[in-house]
Amino acid sequence: MQKRISNLPFSGTPEQEEKLNAIIARHKDEKGAIMPCLQEAQEVYGYLPVEVQTMIARGLGVSLEEVFGVSTFYSQFSLTPKGRYNISVCLGTACYVKGAANVLDAITKNLGIQPEECTPDGLFSLTACRCIGACGLAPVMTINDEVYGRLVPEEVDGILEKYKNGDA
Amino acid sequence: MNMVNIKINGMPLSVPADYTILQAAKSAGIDIPTLCYLKDLNEIGACRMCVVEVKGARSLVASCVYPVNEGMEVYTNTPKIIASRKMTLEMLLSVHNKSCLTCKRSQNCELQALCQELGVEDSTSYEGEMPDSTYDDSTLHLVRDNSKCILCRRCVAACANQHVAVIGPNSRGFDTHIGCMFEQPLANVACVSCGQCIVACPTGALTEKDQCGDVLAALNDPDKYVVVQTAPSIRATLGECFGMPVGTNVEGKMVAALRRLGFKKVFDTDFGADLTIMEEAHEFLGRVKNGGALPMITSCSPGWIKFCEHYFPELLPNVSSCKSPQQMTGAMIKSWFAQKEGIDPKKIVVVSIMPCTAKKFEIHRDDMEGAGEGIPDTDIVLTTRELGRLIKLCRIDFTTLPDEKFDPAMGESTGAAVIFGSTGGVMEAALRTAADVLEGRSVENIEYHEIRGGAGIKEAVYRIAGMDVKVAVVSGLKNANEVLTKVKNGEADYHFIEIMCCPGGCVNGGGQPIQPSNVRNFTDLRALRAQALYTQDENMPLRKSHENPLIKKAYDEFLGEPGSHKAHELLHTTYVARSRY
Repeated sequence: MQKRISNLPFSGTPEQEEKLNAIIARHKDEKGAIMPCLQEAQEVYGYLPVEVQTMIARGLGVSLEEVFGVSTFYSQFSLTPKGRYNISVCLGTACYVKGAANVLDAITKNLGIQPEECTPDGLFSLTACRCIGACGLAPVMTINDEVYGRLVPEEVDGILEKYKNGDA
Repeated sequence: MNMVNIKINGMPLSVPADYTILQAAKSAGIDIPTLCYLKDLNEIGACRMCVVEVKGARSLVASCVYPVNEGMEVYTNTPKIIASRKMTLEMLLSVHNKSCLTCKRSQNCELQALCQELGVEDSTSYEGEMPDSTYDDSTLHLVRDNSKCILCRRCVAACANQHVAVIGPNSRGFDTHIGCMFEQPLANVACVSCGQCIVACPTGALTEKDQCGDVLAALNDPDKYVVVQTAPSIRATLGECFGMPVGTNVEGKMVAALRRLGFKKVFDTDFGADLTIMEEAHEFLGRVKNGGALPMITSCSPGWIKFCEHYFPELLPNVSSCKSPQQMTGAMIKSWFAQKEGIDPKKIVVVSIMPCTAKKFEIHRDDMEGAGEGIPDTDIVLTTRELGRLIKLCRIDFTTLPDEKFDPAMGESTGAAVIFGSTGGVMEAALRTAADVLEGRSVENIEYHEIRGGAGIKEAVYRIAGMDVKVAVVSGLKNANEVLTKVKNGEADYHFIEIMCCPGGCVNGGGQPIQPSNVRNFTDLRALRAQALYTQDENMPLRKSHENPLIKKAYDEFLGEPGSHKAHELLHTTYVARSRY
């Protein structure tokens, strides 16, 4: 599947930019500098939006398309930000046959975002992940470190409400 | 030269030690098929079309990148090899939009030709899911249809070789596709419109934006007065569209064909080239005298202009303000010619035949309305390839046409103008005129051999009227980047630089006929095409722009003198800085 690209406004801080500049300066003269720059930039920003990739391209003196090509080749790179609460819905075999797709649908409906996207307020991001080893609880999802098992779609709104109200 | 002894299909051969198997086979008359390989440009051994058997090797090897060595035994046509090549093709076909009947590249498609030559009988052997593919017609000059892309990366290499690199492989595996950063359409990135990607493409994935229909419509509109102008290099390449040998000069047949298509007048952009020299030489001498920005850089090549605007905006003051010959000719048609003939310039449609896709962009630039009132200097640009198709569409039997002459109103030109089509030509033409003006006499030696030939960067110093004029001639934007970086850093002290966007100049433009890689890899297309122009120059009675009687008349009757107010209004333009990212 092709990676989703975030269309949320960039909210990088001067501190983050300073860190990125230091990263670029450290790798500038290395061969294959794009890879470590992207890795470390993702640690700073959480994801790799066009603004960050442009800074890397400019700093290394390479084309932006080359940087983008690398960032879309490796699965470790994300082009969308993570929200304060990252929801991972397991689509592994066991969860899938137990109706995980319906759970995922309920979440996308509630939040108005697709997998690999983040809500405009930055509160939730959504990931469709592979087996997390909790097949006994299928279908299962995690919100940050919290695990929710044996889910039915009807439960979804109530769970998300807790997080929206800050009760979680 | 260091030689090694090898055997190909049992035949003993002695070949240079630095040859690849592909080169060695070619020298023995064996044409190994290739698909991703472009000599000096894309040598990645990725497509597996050129596989051969090497005795002792574990598996089939890619002959395009595999060097020969002493005692090597190669087989190029075993059943195993043919089966492998066929399977490669069948797998390409499994994700290919096989609309060959309606494809522009049909009969000039390398994938199609190989399927035929290798006897692929079933195009559905591996039928299954098709990847999503984009269709990008966002720019003025080209269309990318990724459903016909075979991911050979030849376009990517061509773009990188222009130091532009705005296209590349995105995503991976089944989703891999050629695109721009963040999946933007090409119009949103710093593409210079040179079209080198198109001439590199083996299939119909990249094509110029076809405007034959617009031309036909204009020709059939009784309210329009449709004229045509042809760039210097078209006469050296158009014949290739009709199977004529590379380097055949078809000027006379080209004029005859255009007349048969129904153009009211057939004009020569060479007139505009001579005019460009008058204005450019005058501008250069003015800059030298008045301490203007030096080095001055030529402005004929719209791909180069767009490159400068995106990548070296700080050097824009160094670029000559002269419009390109196409735009000068257009402006003169819609002013001087219109006035003399009593035709409303709004009714005139100027079609130009260009070796170039960037010309399609150029005519829509700001400050390209010399005749005023929003009247564009040029209305429609067709590439050499489109003209070839239009001639075929109108069933004109090109190869049997008689030789005809350009219409005299703007058809007289000089050898100086003809050589504009090759790298070094503009500089040589300018020097011929500048030397005469500065020396105040007709200088006899008019051939400047130091700045001819295929090298990407050429330098020379000429002593003219007691002054050492240091010039550079550059073609290909990678070379331009190298020279301009030096200029920017104060490491070069040229007075005058000619820059052509495409490697080799317009004879190798992005709008020129596409030769398949098995021709292109083993033939110096640029040299053969350029030779046709230099030969014509040699045989012309007038070889200096300022000696063109039509040019003299244009200044006497209409423009005044080079650099006059009127000349500026009509023949000069402005540039804008554009962003790179």
